[in-house]
Amino acid sequence: MNVAIVDYGSGNLHSAAKAFERAAREAGLNETITVTADPARVAAADRIVLPGVGAFADCRRGLDAVPGMVEALTRSVREGGRPFLGICVGMQLMATRGLEHVTSEGLDWIPGDVKAIAPNDPALKIPHMGWNNLRQHRPHPLLDGISTGDDGLHAYFVHSFALEAKEPADVVATVDYGGAVTALVAKDNMAGTQFHPEKSQALGLKLIANFLRWRP
Amino acid sequence: MLKVRLIPCLDVKDGRVVKGVQFVDLVDAGDPVEAAKAYDAAGADELCFLDITASVEARGILFDVVRRTAEACFMPLTVGGGVRTVDDIRKLLLAGADKVSINTAAVANPEFVREAAEKFGSQCIVVAIDAKKVSASGEPESWEIFTHGGRKATGLDAVAFARQVAELGAGELLVTSMDRDGTKGGYDLALVRAISGAVSVPVIASGGVGNLDHLVAGIRDGHASAVLAASIFHFGTHSISEAKQHMAAAGLRVRLDPTTAPVATAG
Repeated sequence: MNVAIVDYGSGNLHSAAKAFERAAREAGLNETITVTADPARVAAADRIVLPGVGAFADCRRGLDAVPGMVEALTRSVREGGRPFLGICVGMQLMATRGLEHVTSEGLDWIPGDVKAIAPNDPALKIPHMGWNNLRQHRPHPLLDGISTGDDGLHAYFVHSFALEAKEPADVVATVDYGGAVTALVAKDNMAGTQFHPEKSQALGLKLIANFLRWRP
Repeated sequence: MLKVRLIPCLDVKDGRVVKGVQFVDLVDAGDPVEAAKAYDAAGADELCFLDITASVEARGILFDVVRRTAEACFMPLTVGGGVRTVDDIRKLLLAGADKVSINTAAVANPEFVREAAEKFGSQCIVVAIDAKKVSASGEPESWEIFTHGGRKATGLDAVAFARQVAELGAGELLVTSMDRDGTKGGYDLALVRAISGAVSVPVIASGGVGNLDHLVAGIRDGHASAVLAASIFHFGTHSISEAKQHMAAAGLRVRLDPTTAPVATAG
């Protein structure tokens, strides 16, 4: 099985690839992990990962700057039903629009907008940075075997903007940060995490292994 | 609920840990990657490398250290020391650092913080603030920014500078008291509190930790979001897990996820 991690100039993907390799190895899965900027390889992959760091608009521009990439993603994920995982801004790009500094178009796979986090407690710092527990709203294969809630495992977050999904059913998990902040969205064969599974130690490696086994 | 973070910091020179890490049986106690792996397994919330390599030629070694660490540790890594240009930041991020800390270059030219944040995003730009108390006793407390390991005064007020770099786009501030650094007398809590109260971004307390109560005080009295320490961990005085248990017992919210840590051997 081939897993493509989409490289569109948004930061270092080498360590993300290493996390996927380790998760696959520990789960006894035989996966080839490829970091690629080639839409043909993305189209040919069995599973697709879209990472992203920085600002929404920059990431969208970066994605558009690779000729054929958005088309390859859309074909594989929306029409081909390949399992897809967006990470951080890669997850935010699944939304309809991003409202960070300027308004930019997302992929519109998960209806909703990406907006500045506005905690109801003014003492809370922005960015939301560090380890937080997940509040699970519904079961999802990506969270199989992962304990959530106040006594559950933690995921690593660093972000100032978050996806506000139109359909509550698309939100699998939130975190509490002066109110509920979207942490994990999923619909059909698509999922996205606001946190960084590749930086989230035990929870992260488990979630990645779940993604590699996922048969939506 | 967001947890407070405990961050061990390693001083790295020419690709080697300056004082060696003695808390656990490492194959090579001077290899930062070995030390980083041990801290990762022990449940540290993040790692920090401070590069104090003097020569430009030896900088290449640091990139290799960062790369090997990022391949082995699935936790956030901040790297600082000698970061002067956008290209320095780019190289460290591409090597696998999650955040890059800027110190002297931000003091010399605060606009550099804006440039860096616009280029790479605030989430990966940390400004390291080294400050000394300059007010006399009886006066309202004030602190001044110092560079060059605390030797060079800048005339800049630390709290005003903190506010300025946060507005320019720093995503986090690493606040070190040069009065306390190396003393084991605890953080300068008034300094940390003054800066934390002045900015909306997270603040990491640094400089002076000698015991576990100092970590607690950094959060509770300094209002920091994270606490950084070096020698108490490297020399086996305390393990990461002891520190976290202590902080939890004091009522702080810490992450106590199961770890893969081998039993720590002191000494």
